[in-house]
Order: sequence, then C-alpha cells, then structure tokens
Amino acid sequence: MKIIAKDREGKETAIEGRDGWTIMEMLRDGGLPITAECGGACACATCHVYIEDGWYEKLTPPSEAEVDMLDMALAVQPNSRLSCQLTCSEDLDGIKVTLAPE
Amino acid sequence: MDQPSEVQTPIETDVAIIGAGPAGLFSVFELGLLDLKAHLVDILDRPGGQCTELYPEKPIYDIPALPIVTGQELTERLMEQIKPFSPTFHFGEMANALERLSDGRWKLSTDAGTQIIARVIVIAAGGGSFMPKRPPVPGIETYEGTSVHYAVRKMETFRCKNVLIAGGGDSALDWTLNLAPIAKSLTLVHHRDGFRAAQHSVNQMRELVEQRKINFHVASVKALHGEGGKLSGVTLSGHDKSEWHLEADALLPFFGLTMKLGPIADFGINLHENLIPVDTTRFESETPGIFAIGDIITYPGKLKLILSGFHEAALMAQAAFHICRPNEKLRFQYTTSSSSLQKKLGVS
Ligand SMILES: Cc1cc2nc3c(=O)[nH]c(=O)nc-3n(C[C@H](O)[C@H](O)[C@H](O)COP(=O)(O)OP(=O)(O)OC[C@H]3O[C@@H](n4cnc5c(N)ncnc54)[C@H](O)[C@@H]3O)c2cc1C
Ligand code: FES
Repeated sequence: MKIIAKDREGKETAIEGRDGWTIMEMLRDGGLPITAECGGACACATCHVYIEDGWYEKLTPPSEAEVDMLDMALAVQPNSRLSCQLTCSEDLDGIKVTLAPE
Repeated sequence: MDQPSEVQTPIETDVAIIGAGPAGLFSVFELGLLDLKAHLVDILDRPGGQCTELYPEKPIYDIPALPIVTGQELTERLMEQIKPFSPTFHFGEMANALERLSDGRWKLSTDAGTQIIARVIVIAAGGGSFMPKRPPVPGIETYEGTSVHYAVRKMETFRCKNVLIAGGGDSALDWTLNLAPIAKSLTLVHHRDGFRAAQHSVNQMRELVEQRKINFHVASVKALHGEGGKLSGVTLSGHDKSEWHLEADALLPFFGLTMKLGPIADFGINLHENLIPVDTTRFESETPGIFAIGDIITYPGKLKLILSGFHEAALMAQAAFHICRPNEKLRFQYTTSSSSLQKKLGVS
C-alpha cells in the first residue's frame, strides 16, 4: 500500500506502507518530520495528522484513549487523528495525510 | 535564555547531573558507591523524566528482574535505592549555562540562579527538557511572559482580567475553576465538547457555564491581536470555519509538555542530530569531564531503553571517579560482599 503524505510546507511524497505497521512508523521511517515522542504509546499527541480527501470516514473510529489524547494535540480539526493509532492495510492504499503544525 | 532571577552562592560538589529521569537517578547510586556526591537539576517538579511525565500508569515489562513495574513505581524504587546517598534535587529549574573554571572544574547555572561547581558534569537529559507545547498561532512568542502564560505562578496576575484558557485536560479545567472567581471574564476554548479531565471538574465547569459565570466555546485560537506584547483580543474559529472575535488580556494554553533539547545545544558540546556522541568505555562526550548517558546519547548500537541507561551510568561512574579523585585507586567490589559498600548503603 501507499501513503500520500504532505509535510508542513505542503510538499507531497508517496511512501510505502508496510502491513501491520502504523502510519506514524512509516512517516518517521520515510524521513518526514514527525516528532512521535512516545514512540506510538498514545501518550504524547505529537504524531498528529489530518486525514484528507474523504479517507477519514474509511478509518476505524478512534478509541477513547485516542480521543482523549487528541485533547493534548495542537490545532485539532474534525479530520484529526493520531497516526500511531492507524495501522497500514491494503484497504488504506492511497490514504492521504497531512502533518499537523507543531 | 532568561537571565537568572537571582544569583546565589555557588554549591560545590563532585558531580552535577542534568536530568532526573531513570538514567540520572541511577547515576546517583553508581556514583554514591564510589563516594561521589551529586546534585541533580530537572525542569520538571518531580523525578522520573519520561516515566512519570509520559507514562506513570503504564506497565514496563523489560526491566531486568522486575517482570512488571509502572513508570511511577520504577521511579519510586529508584528514589528508595538512592536515598542512602542523599542527593540534592533542584526541581523546576532549567540548566541553562555551563562554563569551565580556571581550576578545571565546571560551573553549571540554572534559570533560578542556582550555581553548581563540580568536577564532573553528567548530561542525562533524555529527549530534552520538558517544555509546554506552544499553539501554532502566528506571533504567539511575542506575547509570552506578558500576556500568554503556560503556567500560573501567581493567581493575582489574572485578577480583573479577561482570561482565555485553551485546552481540555486537567490543567485547563483546574485553572478555569480557580481563576473564574477572580477574573473579570473567563472563557474556555476547546476543540470539542468533551474533556480529558476529572469528571467532577468537568461538572463544576458546566455548572459555571449554566450560571453564565464563564463562557465555553468549541473552537480554536486562530489569531492574536494586541501591541507591544499586550494582548487585547483573539480571533477564534470553529470547525465550520466560522470566525469570531473575543476580548482577552491573557491567554493560558494548556496542551501538555513536549521535549525540546533546549540550552544544552549551546553548551559547546559536539552534537550529532541533537544527540551527544560518546565513547562506550567511559560514556564521556567529546569534551573531557562532560559525561552523557541515557536517551540523549548516540553510539553504534545504542538502544533507547532504561536498562541501557543503567549500564551507561555504571561505566560513567567509574570514569568520573578518576577525574574527581585523581590520586585514589578504584577498587572493584560487589555490594553482596563488601562491608564498606554495605556501610555506605546503611545496611551493615
Ligand atoms: C510511552 C513510553 C513508553 C516507554 N516504554 C519503555 C519500556 O517499556 N522499556 C524501556 O526500557 N524504555 C521505555 N521507554 C523509554 C524510556 O522511558 C527512556 O529510555 C528513559 O526515560 C530515558 O531516560 P533518561 O533518564 O535518559 O531521560 P528522560 O526520562 O527523558 O529524562 C530526562 C530529564 O532531563 C530533563 N532535562 C533535560 N534537559 C534539561 C535541562 N536543560 N534542564 C533541566 N532539566 C532538563 C527533562 O526534563 C527530563 O525530566 C518508553 C518511553 C515512552 C515515552
Ligand atoms: S506517537 Fe505519541 S501519541 Fe502517537
């Protein structure tokens, strides 16, 4: 699967997503400037992304822990998610995400 | 960085440690066994670093011989283990300057005016110092300290002010409740009508809204208006992109903390991608006398694990001993069998 990721300057890159890994890990390993301070433990909200172009609705809804942790994210919008809580799978091939500001 | 508020008489000790996370705490033990005294500085108001700030309740499963321990418990156990060595903690202080003295010792200063003179510096700064998250609002930094505050030092600062609080966690809710009675007006803004805070605080907040004593908006702060660091109003925006104006003299954003390398970047130590390269026999940086351990360091094969920090602390202490006590010989001893070590630990 592919992830179309836009950085904070608006530059778009397509990165390969590995089944079973999180989108945060793919963004980080793909060299995008994502802080992901807690390494995916849903404890820091620094892996915050916006899900674009109708992909938000296709995702499994956030858990209560993610909704709570999003309260510690900056500039939250209705299409905000924590990318460490999103697992890559073929259904998400082509998903578009934008890094939230820090 | 800020000028120290008040410079105090320097403290003299063997080792000054920056960071009271697990690596900094365990160093006190390893140094203590070698009769080296330590002072620790941490910007947080309590020990534990990431373990207590980011995951106090989460269980850790890979600490040798502790099959399961939470971040909070691990910290408490480390504090108990180092108690015999009575370290001095300087909490709530940022280590912000390091200077080499003519006699070869170091002077570490903090933003609170503390000065520590030591033979050895240990940087156990982890992912950097914990600092408040800054909302991405253009120009916000020009209001910081005057109208934008990330903590409440004196409640009186907010008396008869139009106060705006942003966030939905416990700090946001607690300060909403505490400042409501003294502020001229108080508005809470949060991105949703739901909170990650204690239920009783949420209930109290909702009551105040019903009684029209405070306002609550589902919105985010889009722009700040004012002059010379003095805030006069803000533009809020809703999820439907609607925008409205609100009078405000003070903004308190509460979005938790994030780690930033901070002043260590200006200590003149060689850094590689914000990490300190060390040699793995001594855990010394490229500047002699400045050691570094834990998450802040890099070497081939480095793993950011607590157990690695413990190992690094033990080797660092051996090397630090030779700098602090150049004329003494170091004897390798086990705590199980050395009566002199047991005396230091207060168990014999
Ligand atoms: C959610 C999560 C889960 C984890 N799970 C595990 C696990 O299961 N097992 C494991 O081994 N590890 C785990 N870790 C990693 C582990 O917590 C870190 O490796 C460890 O905390 C590093 O310890 P440290 O002492 O080097 O630094 P830290 O814990 O980062 O502490 C550094 C301290 O230094 C302070 N500081 C920095 N600069 C300054 C300055 N200039 N002035 C004043 N203070 C300063 C900071 O405020 C901080 O308190 C986890 C981490 C997270 C976030
Ligand atoms: S990486 Fe910390 S919450 Fe996702």
